[in-house]
Amino acid sequence: MSLMIDCVAKKFERYPALRGISLEVSKGAFLALLGPSGSGKTTLLRILGGLEFADLGQITFENQNWLSIPARERRAGFVFQHYALFRHMTVARNVAFGLEVRSRRTRPSRAEIRRRVDELLALVQLEGYGDRYPSRLSGGQRQRVALARALAIEPRMLLLDEPFGALDAKVRKELRGWLRTLHDRLGLTSIFVTHDQEEALETADLVAVMNEGKVEQIGRPDELRHAPATPFVAEFINSGKSQTADRPRLSVVNL
Amino acid sequence: MSVAALVYRNPTQESRATRLALTVLAIGFVALFLLLPLVSVFANGLANGISGARAALSNSDTLSSVRLTLIVAAIAVPCNVAFGIAAAWAIAKFDFRGKSILSTLIDIPFSVSPVVSGLVYVLMFGLQGWLGPWLRDHDIRIIFALPGIVLATMFVTFPFVARELVPLMIDQGRDEEEAAVSLGASGFKTFLFVTLPNVKWGLLYGVLLCNARAMGEFGAVSVVSGHIRGLTNTMPLHIEVLYNDYSYAAAFAVASLLAMLALVTLVLKSFLEWRFADEIAATHRH
Repeated sequence: MSLMIDCVAKKFERYPALRGISLEVSKGAFLALLGPSGSGKTTLLRILGGLEFADLGQITFENQNWLSIPARERRAGFVFQHYALFRHMTVARNVAFGLEVRSRRTRPSRAEIRRRVDELLALVQLEGYGDRYPSRLSGGQRQRVALARALAIEPRMLLLDEPFGALDAKVRKELRGWLRTLHDRLGLTSIFVTHDQEEALETADLVAVMNEGKVEQIGRPDELRHAPATPFVAEFINSGKSQTADRPRLSVVNL
Repeated sequence: MSVAALVYRNPTQESRATRLALTVLAIGFVALFLLLPLVSVFANGLANGISGARAALSNSDTLSSVRLTLIVAAIAVPCNVAFGIAAAWAIAKFDFRGKSILSTLIDIPFSVSPVVSGLVYVLMFGLQGWLGPWLRDHDIRIIFALPGIVLATMFVTFPFVARELVPLMIDQGRDEEEAAVSLGASGFKTFLFVTLPNVKWGLLYGVLLCNARAMGEFGAVSVVSGHIRGLTNTMPLHIEVLYNDYSYAAAFAVASLLAMLALVTLVLKSFLEWRFADEIAATHRH
């Protein structure tokens, strides 16, 4: 197993966000962390990215003690829910950031950086947008810039926090399929957080259903559909059946 | 009035009479209490003609007061920029114990009378103060000398930079810093390439306001300066001395110069706002 999460727990003030999470994911997997808000999925993702610290537990990635590595040395490409693009920089400079902040010894040459940026912008289908500022882009375009920026550091794992959350339904569907293709092409280990069951089941190879800081079940989408381990999973998965993500879940719960 | 007129009125739009009354009130107030006194300062400064004003300004005591004011501002403003950025960064980007106390402390100079601010330093460093005897034994002069004036000025002008930056930085959140760190940037590079560029306009306003106040501060400086002519009188203090000596024309000439420095600051600020309007809009949350 490439990524092993072992009994990770985290408390905020006194409220427990994660109550002992254990997960194993193989290299190249596309894992979705699925759960309602407050289930701790984003906290887990942030711990993996080094932006939050676990109180207890261990994480091993490619035989390294992952938690002992500082965030900036992990090379975990993080795509934020609201993109967190550097608003005072052009798209090209956003994408180049991870390369330009490297120490002089490991920094690629200027021409090499420019070549890589062009390559990445082509990859996310934003050729010719390099000179624009993020404020001049649509939501879907910003999302793709954020992805290109995360990919620029040749991440060892890709972490996406509600990557499609702020987009409208049509763009969301398109990006979803596109991200899946990209993941397969680059052979990354990717983890994304979502509260949309349809999105998780259709995009990921492996889905971990989370509730109140625990993993209720982890399995392939068809396993979750046909053999839900707990009533919560059954309800949460079924609630998505005939629903578009924008409608409230309660309206379609049929028990 | 017809019903249609009411229906088509924008809900946030007041009636013409109300708008007119409010506008006249605001403009009238500004003209009467801000503009008129300023004009009268310049008018009085030029009462003896340009040559009279020039003669008043080339007096050696006056020149030394201008020099002192510029030196004090040149020391106090950079110090407060450094402190202000540090404080704002700590408050906006980190969680730590005593954070709310720190943000309250920053406001102290705004709420305390400048005279008290000056007295604090006299109590600490004056001859009868806590450190007075030790300082005297080591021949270090703070009160009635440049260090005291700089300290008092720094105390009074401390909040300007921090107050300008804190709300801006809080509004911008920590997302971009987190993104920078996850992309491999060190803390220093994150600050230099992400945090600082995002607040540079706020920082500039803070610096300009801080500078205007540093040059104009009277109360706190008056307490610690000792009013030694040609040595420890800053421009505001020198103006008072001249005025008390019945040298009205000279007093107003120096006052005009001081007011001009403030106006230059304001014009500079407006110019920068106008020149970089697009960029300023882009760095705000979209």
